Amino acid sequence: MSTARRVYMDHAAGKPVDLRVVEAMLPHMKTFYGNPSSLHQFGQEARKALEDVRTKIAELINAERKESIIFTSGATESNNMAIKGVANRNKDHGTRIITSSIEHMSVVNTCKFLTTKGFEAVFLPVDNYGFVKLESLEKELTDKTVLVSIVYANGEIGTIQPMKEISKIVHSKNAYLHVDATAACGEVPINVKEEGIDLLTVSSNNMYGPKGIGALYIKEGIRIEPLLHGGGQERGLRSGTENLPSIVGFGRAAEIAKKEMQSESGKLVRLRDRLIDGLLRPIPYSFLNGHPTKRLPDNVSVRYSFIEGESMLLSLDMMGVAASSGSACTAKTLEPSHALLAIGLKHEEAHGSLMFTLGRQNTEEEVDYVVSLMPSIVKRLRAISPLTPKELNE
Amino acid sequence: MYTEKVMEHFKNPRNMGEIPDADGVGTVGNPVCGDLMTIYVKVKDNRLEDIKFKTFGCGSAIATSSMITELAKGKTLEEAMKITRANVADELGGLPPVKMHCSNLAADALHAAIEDYYKKRKAAEELKK
Repeated sequence: MSTARRVYMDHAAGKPVDLRVVEAMLPHMKTFYGNPSSLHQFGQEARKALEDVRTKIAELINAERKESIIFTSGATESNNMAIKGVANRNKDHGTRIITSSIEHMSVVNTCKFLTTKGFEAVFLPVDNYGFVKLESLEKELTDKTVLVSIVYANGEIGTIQPMKEISKIVHSKNAYLHVDATAACGEVPINVKEEGIDLLTVSSNNMYGPKGIGALYIKEGIRIEPLLHGGGQERGLRSGTENLPSIVGFGRAAEIAKKEMQSESGKLVRLRDRLIDGLLRPIPYSFLNGHPTKRLPDNVSVRYSFIEGESMLLSLDMMGVAASSGSACTAKTLEPSHALLAIGLKHEEAHGSLMFTLGRQNTEEEVDYVVSLMPSIVKRLRAISPLTPKELNE
Repeated sequence: MYTEKVMEHFKNPRNMGEIPDADGVGTVGNPVCGDLMTIYVKVKDNRLEDIKFKTFGCGSAIATSSMITELAKGKTLEEAMKITRANVADELGGLPPVKMHCSNLAADALHAAIEDYYKKRKAAEELKK
């Protein structure tokens, strides 16, 4: 049953690096290897490259100035830095942190960690589409709230949050708004000024840049405590010699994303909707997770009743298709995805969820191939399952 | 992640299905946890003449169900009761540590089916008296 054909639709887990990005990075490993902190020409060349990228990232998110961009080792560090940094630096103003129940683990566990250090963390509920409940935000937002951290769009269900509305509420109580835009940035336009975002997490790999590099946007005037102490790089907020080849790759990726976002998202939305329709229409007891239109262009999250996600993933993998699942059985823990439970799915429904995240190189033909596989996979597993109603197996 | 043997049983599960007039039926697990297994047994002369399974769960849950039916078929009831989760995992060439609870289920489901058979037989004997 093995096959030579390979179709990759797990881009939320990892993306290929764009070849134009690789090209841009190579000279910074071979020729421009200076340290941006050095005074000599080698150092100054590196410094210039570093600052050029800072400008490109600032332009991608419409930041007020390039100095507001701090390079980090990726989204997990940016989320840690934003939440711990703001909380620790501003604890005289309050010790309450509000976040949502569909955040990435690097936000969830950072907030939980802070509860052991004298802070309190509130996890806001979301509705069945995955939108943060704004009335809950209003209710939980007290004068003691120092930070609200909300994901721009959750990578598992794809729902895009109404950031302007969230920001308005958060700022009515003078709290700061941190937004984890890991899955969204580079895919949908983000404008920190217009949307009222105070801190923004950006990841390089999610826009086809190298892994292990990212940034945190910190609005001018906001004070945070650094995670890393040392030589005082990045305005003292992130010590450590800058990872220049990766930063340059990140910059090139951001530049391409900005230029091609509109045409690419149009293409992705067409593929996405074709895939959703093809996965659901021919198969009874199949459902979409998240919102039909207010979702990331690359995100397809569906569920099939009576069967379990990992067995679907294995079946797809045997046919060369890479996807991911909300099932516990694919994770290190035995709990199903907290985001899928938060949108109101029962445990067994979360276990039966399947995620396809599309990318730059996916084609309509690949979508049709995946669509052609799914009915027989579901049928076979339903025949094995004791939960399947009899009439479905006839 | 899985051994070839696990994948082979996942692709071609043995003894999958139901036995409508089963002498014993055992169901363990819970769809909430992501695993639910039912084993059906047919007993003749104290041996498992036939055995079938139905499983909701991950790849290893399906593979261990399939494997235990192979291990148990034709065995005496006493022999079948001695089959453990370790036996199932060993026969499959090992399972990832996090999956060991799945193979636990397969042995439990078999034992539950045999206990169900004993219970039904006892009830039938009481009725005769």
